[in-house]
Amino acid sequence: MTPLDFVVSLALISVAAGVLGSLIGLGGGVVIVPVLTLLYHVDIRLAIGASIVSVIATSSGAAAAYVRERMTNLRAGMFLEIATTTGAVSGAYLTTVLPARFLFVFFGLVLGYSSFATFRRRHADQPLSVSNDRIANYFDLHGSYYDPAEQREIPYKVVGTTPGLGLMYVAGLVSALLGIGSGALKVPAMDSAMHLPMKVSSATSNFMIGVTAAASAGVYFIRGQIDPVIAAPVAAGVLLGATFGARVLGRVTSRTVRLVFVAVLVVISIEMLQKGIFP
Amino acid sequence: MEEKVRRVEIAISLVLRTGVLLSVAVIATGLGLMFAHHAAYVPVTGHFSYRELTSRSTPFPHTFASLGRAITRGEGRGIVVLGVLILILTPVLRVAVGVLSFVYEKDLPMTLVTLYVLAVLVGSFFLAGA
Repeated sequence: MTPLDFVVSLALISVAAGVLGSLIGLGGGVVIVPVLTLLYHVDIRLAIGASIVSVIATSSGAAAAYVRERMTNLRAGMFLEIATTTGAVSGAYLTTVLPARFLFVFFGLVLGYSSFATFRRRHADQPLSVSNDRIANYFDLHGSYYDPAEQREIPYKVVGTTPGLGLMYVAGLVSALLGIGSGALKVPAMDSAMHLPMKVSSATSNFMIGVTAAASAGVYFIRGQIDPVIAAPVAAGVLLGATFGARVLGRVTSRTVRLVFVAVLVVISIEMLQKGIFP
Repeated sequence: MEEKVRRVEIAISLVLRTGVLLSVAVIATGLGLMFAHHAAYVPVTGHFSYRELTSRSTPFPHTFASLGRAITRGEGRGIVVLGVLILILTPVLRVAVGVLSFVYEKDLPMTLVTLYVLAVLVGSFFLAGA
């Protein structure tokens, strides 16, 4: 396989990763890392560097559209970034203390539980109309969005900012420790703990993951983990896919987004447990 | 209130779109140059394996000094790295525009929130360089 074949085939796979990632609020690393290591036999360190690029590409590509279409809750996203960035920085210090195997098992179990919690909410997609949450009221984190699938404006209230912040801190920590985009934790935090509508959770997670990933991307660049020949097709393909995926989210129902998300979460959870138990 | 939020949304969407388009254009130019300079990378003429460019020992610019040298020599891979860096900096710029928008809207709580996020992000870049 020549470099041109490599670039073209990887770009095509990356388009698919971008569509999936933008739709459910994850970074696409779930697809990129196994494809690079198992199919192309690329070193894991370079694969993780490409995964970080993929997260930022999904986030910026999709968020450009979601923000304009008012699907993203900007204020809630920016407010919660306090916790994700703080978590990411403390994670960078903790890497030396905690063994990676323990983290993979722990994270696998957490994701297994959140896929269950997200699945259980599949019939209850009614947004809240009142909120007693003092933080949410003070920062005015409530919002409303136009749902093209239901063809109406859907207002919603935000609750549970304290557990939300806690989960976002863990999400930032995990993304720095394990080098993965943490949309898998961000979406359940907003959906289950804070009661944002599923589509808003996905779009807001998309908006946030770019900032979490950017916080560790500098380290990856200096360490020489961002190989241009791998990063170029991943970045270009994912950006194209994410831009297309962002057009799809409006049209599909919240229930579909939720079910696809749960399926992907189960896969990541198994992947993490396997890495922790049989390294 | 609604009107204010809308303006912030449009400003942020514009920053993201510009960053994305610019980085794709730079990455595509770099890739084009790389294949133009190395005929062996293209299937018709070469038997060069992609493994040589994606192994752990492959040299490529990963410091600002080596990146600068690669770009001045017109190396395709150096220009690709520049495009990837533009992509990485887009979310940081997005947070900075958020700070400015909230200052302009005189929204003190959100200004402080976004300022904190920006400080942590910029700090993390310096920590990476140290």
